[in-house]
Amino acid sequence: MGKKKKCALQVIMEDAGIEIDGQVESDTESEEDEVKDKAPKKQPLRETGRASRLEKEKQEKDKEEDKSKEEDSCSQQNRTSRRKNCQNKNGDGKKAGEEGSRQRGKKAPTKDQRESENKERKTNKKEKEGENKQKKDRKNSTSSASSDSSGEESLSEEELAMLMEQVEQKKKLISTMRSKPWRMVKKLSVLREAQAFVEKFEGALGKGKGKKLYAYKMIMAKKWVKFKRDFDNFKTQCIPWEMKIKEVESHFGSSVASYFIFLRWMYGVNLVLFGLIFGLVIIPEVLMGMPYGSMPRKTVPRAEQATAMDFSVLWDFEGYIKYSALFYGYYNNQRTIGWLKYRLPMAYFMVGISVFGYSLMVVIRSMARNANQSTADGDDDNFIFSWKMFTSWDYLIGNPETADNKFASITTSFKESIVDEQESNKDENIHLRRFLRVLANVLIICCLCGSGYLIYFVVKRSQTFSKMQNVGWYERNEVEIVMSLLGMFCPPLFETIAALENYHPRIGLKWQLGRIFALFLGNLYTFLLALMDDVNEKLAEEDAVKNITHWMLLGHHNSSAGNSSTATPPPLDPADVPRGPCWETTVGIEFVRLTVSDILVTYITILVGDFIRACFVRFVNYCWCWDLEAGFPSYAEFDISGNVLGLVFNQGMIWMGSFYAPGLVGINVLRLLTSMYFQCWAVMSSNVPHERVFKASKSNNFYMGLLLLILFLSLLPVAYTIMSLPPSFDCGPFSGKKRMYDVIQETIELDFPAFVAKIFSYVANPGLIIPAILLMVLAIYYLNAVSEAYQRANAELKKKMQMQREEEKNKRNKAATPNPMLQDLEDILTPNTKSESQPKQAEDKKTESPTRISPAGKQGNTTALDRSPVTGGRGAAYTLPPHVFTTQPPPMGVWAPYPGQPRPRGHPLGPFPGRGRGRPRYSHAAR
Amino acid sequence: TIFTPEQLDAYQDCTFFTRKEILRLFYRYRDLAPQLVPLDYTDKPDVTLPYELIGSMPELKDNPFRQRIAEVFSEDGDGNMTLDDFLDMFSVLSEMAPRDLKAYYAFKIYDFNNDDYICKSDLEKTVNKLTRNELTPEEVSLVCDKVIYEADVDNDGKLSLEDFQHMIVRAPDFLSTFHIRI
Repeated sequence: MGKKKKCALQVIMEDAGIEIDGQVESDTESEEDEVKDKAPKKQPLRETGRASRLEKEKQEKDKEEDKSKEEDSCSQQNRTSRRKNCQNKNGDGKKAGEEGSRQRGKKAPTKDQRESENKERKTNKKEKEGENKQKKDRKNSTSSASSDSSGEESLSEEELAMLMEQVEQKKKLISTMRSKPWRMVKKLSVLREAQAFVEKFEGALGKGKGKKLYAYKMIMAKKWVKFKRDFDNFKTQCIPWEMKIKEVESHFGSSVASYFIFLRWMYGVNLVLFGLIFGLVIIPEVLMGMPYGSMPRKTVPRAEQATAMDFSVLWDFEGYIKYSALFYGYYNNQRTIGWLKYRLPMAYFMVGISVFGYSLMVVIRSMARNANQSTADGDDDNFIFSWKMFTSWDYLIGNPETADNKFASITTSFKESIVDEQESNKDENIHLRRFLRVLANVLIICCLCGSGYLIYFVVKRSQTFSKMQNVGWYERNEVEIVMSLLGMFCPPLFETIAALENYHPRIGLKWQLGRIFALFLGNLYTFLLALMDDVNEKLAEEDAVKNITHWMLLGHHNSSAGNSSTATPPPLDPADVPRGPCWETTVGIEFVRLTVSDILVTYITILVGDFIRACFVRFVNYCWCWDLEAGFPSYAEFDISGNVLGLVFNQGMIWMGSFYAPGLVGINVLRLLTSMYFQCWAVMSSNVPHERVFKASKSNNFYMGLLLLILFLSLLPVAYTIMSLPPSFDCGPFSGKKRMYDVIQETIELDFPAFVAKIFSYVANPGLIIPAILLMVLAIYYLNAVSEAYQRANAELKKKMQMQREEEKNKRNKAATPNPMLQDLEDILTPNTKSESQPKQAEDKKTESPTRISPAGKQGNTTALDRSPVTGGRGAAYTLPPHVFTTQPPPMGVWAPYPGQPRPRGHPLGPFPGRGRGRPRYSHAAR
Repeated sequence: TIFTPEQLDAYQDCTFFTRKEILRLFYRYRDLAPQLVPLDYTDKPDVTLPYELIGSMPELKDNPFRQRIAEVFSEDGDGNMTLDDFLDMFSVLSEMAPRDLKAYYAFKIYDFNNDDYICKSDLEKTVNKLTRNELTPEEVSLVCDKVIYEADVDNDGKLSLEDFQHMIVRAPDFLSTFHIRI
């Protein structure tokens, strides 16, 4: 049969002067089906399509457009021939058709046959897709081809059009080959054919003026693809630490990687801040400002000079480091410096503000992007179990430990969902539960208060220590040590207490994060309050010093004037000038010390708590009473939440401290850089994955939220000190002013025309500012209301969709109930088609006995036609194995119109051939 | 040379890999059994590696579905792979492969009994593989029922390819998890 059909087809095609290619893309199903096909097109396909269309349009322009009628007719013809093609070929070519029928015919298809059947179906679909697209192009291509060939070519228009079309198809096929679900062998052979075809006919078509251009374009397109591929590779190579993070990800899952991605993001932000501060503040000051030792604020005072070069300077930031450009006090209040007339105080102030502005902007933008992404993949609650089932296994995992953890986490997540699902709240003892929760909260609040008080106490004590002369190393660094110890021991304590509450683990994690955050925050704020006390003390002290300095300088001048009556008194050495305490530098030093000690504690914790422990567990295990790896100490887990919170907290310190210690950001950049390598190494060498894996995308925004919160909180004290504390009188860029922000007014008055100052004074008027704030509040309110309305609409839509889905289900249910009747109908119909194919069966038997074509195969084919995607489920029910039909024999009337039906050999004629002999005949045929 | 330039081009057209990646995959394939796999593929030697070797690759050995993956992608359906099958497998599981293609193969992987439907027994097998039989039979049954309830659009008690695709294209994690980096 196949051969015959092929012949027929060949005749048709040869009539049209076209060579057949085995893989003409035709559709099995009727053309209406194509319309239903709504699967999205592949990108490359579209691209090539567009490219070729453009190309054709160009060709078209050359020729005149007077053949529209002809075109129509030829496209019509084209279509009819195609339809014939479809009918005759019934599949893609002879081979595929056979394959399909063979598969469906077998009663119990073997595995690979089924597979190929699958493949077949998919193929058809894909091809349909292609067809759909091509249809759009068809007219275009036809017209262009016809106009192309109108002149001297020997081929007629329709042929050329068809050829063009086929070449188009082939090209598309080549470009989408990689996304076809075929075996490689098939892909390769189809690819080869398609390439040969294209190569053969491209030349034929491209004859004329377009050929060279076309070839050139093809080459360029290829080059472009290659370039894009290389560029993509290059881009991924350019992302810093991408491979490192991927490596961690493949061993520890995406949640640990999320920490490192967060760290990388933070590093990027800090680099920008670093560039801002170094480029606009520190480097101008170092290059163009007064050199070291030229004035009191830039000189180490006489009393400290003995210890200014001690090694401990590196650690407590006294001595030369204190009087360097790293700290606020070093900067001069000269209005412009250098030949550029760089306004350093102004720049210092603006950079301090823009550090916050930039950070706010970046954090909010990234939060918005995350939120966008998370809302983009909308309906969450429809497929909880399905997604857990089919997408929870991370195929990237290539490490037995990670795999074990993943199994555990999948199990727990299933259990969680089951618990959520049952929701039969079998609260066995709700009072006990409540009591325990209250108790736990009380305990934790006690812990928090205690740690807060401890810090306050320690800071107070350190103030008294700072007044004493010779204090030990411990006394000087008590605050930092206590804070680091608290940060180290409180989180595990909280975790232990939280075990009392018996929360849902996810909620428990949130609580834990919140508590640790509160601890850090409380610590930070107690620290700040103590610092404020310190500052106030310093301010009081400063007033006294100011007077002393004044009188002393005066006295010096007087005495020198009196003594030696020369015009100029010998200048006092800058190191000897009495000076105020400079509270800004003190604050800056405090922050830098805290940061550095935090870095050290973090690293030592990693080294001891992770690395040494891992070594111990690993090597002592050989000679120990119990299994150390599985038992008590075991390996450390990577503590994602603790690390992220530490990072966030550290960043808050940086934001707060960077105004008073511009060099702090540089230290932080170094810290993040080293911590990236160090922690990557530590994780890979000595950690086991965290047991509780939480979703990277969501928790990322949670971290961002924490970051935003801490950014806001760290903005407050800085803003307070800038707005309401007077700057020191003898250090820093704002010395001599009443308030730091006076620098703006000064700049406006001195550097801008008068009307700007006027405008500014109007703008700064409370009468304008208060309405502006009101307006902003109103705008926020309005936007909030709008977004809420959208949200509600969204929820409504979601609900509607859900309803629709339910309805559809119900409808289907109802449609499924009268199924028996329908099935009867089908049974009546199917023998019909079967009997049609009956005559062919005999022939097939002779020609293709090894391939064992069965009548039921045909029947399977015909039912496949009915199988639209919607009724996919029931379609399968029609493809019953042959013997089923014997139980519901077709009525005689159906058999009667086919008297000429050949009997299968080996079976005598019976009076009721359809009825009694059904089974043996079919079984024979199926054999 | 291992491949002719034409072969490499063809492989590039048929997979989502670059020339270098194809060669790297070839060496990975060869490293599994250096004595079996020749260094010259220009004349297309008929070499098949048994499933035991394929399944012991570090990328696959911890995957609970490794046997199914190998079976689905192998020519003979038993998990024994030629180089072509091997390339096919990693091409589908690569980062570049489109969602539809991945969904199609994921469906086949989870369709344990090859009947073109994911029925309840397939789901049970999947759950048990995912949780290492940690759940009780009642829980497993509940989970399977829920999955069928959620994803079965046409109410025939099993998931067809359409049902599966309908469900999986909405999954946020599918593309990132159904992916092996090699």
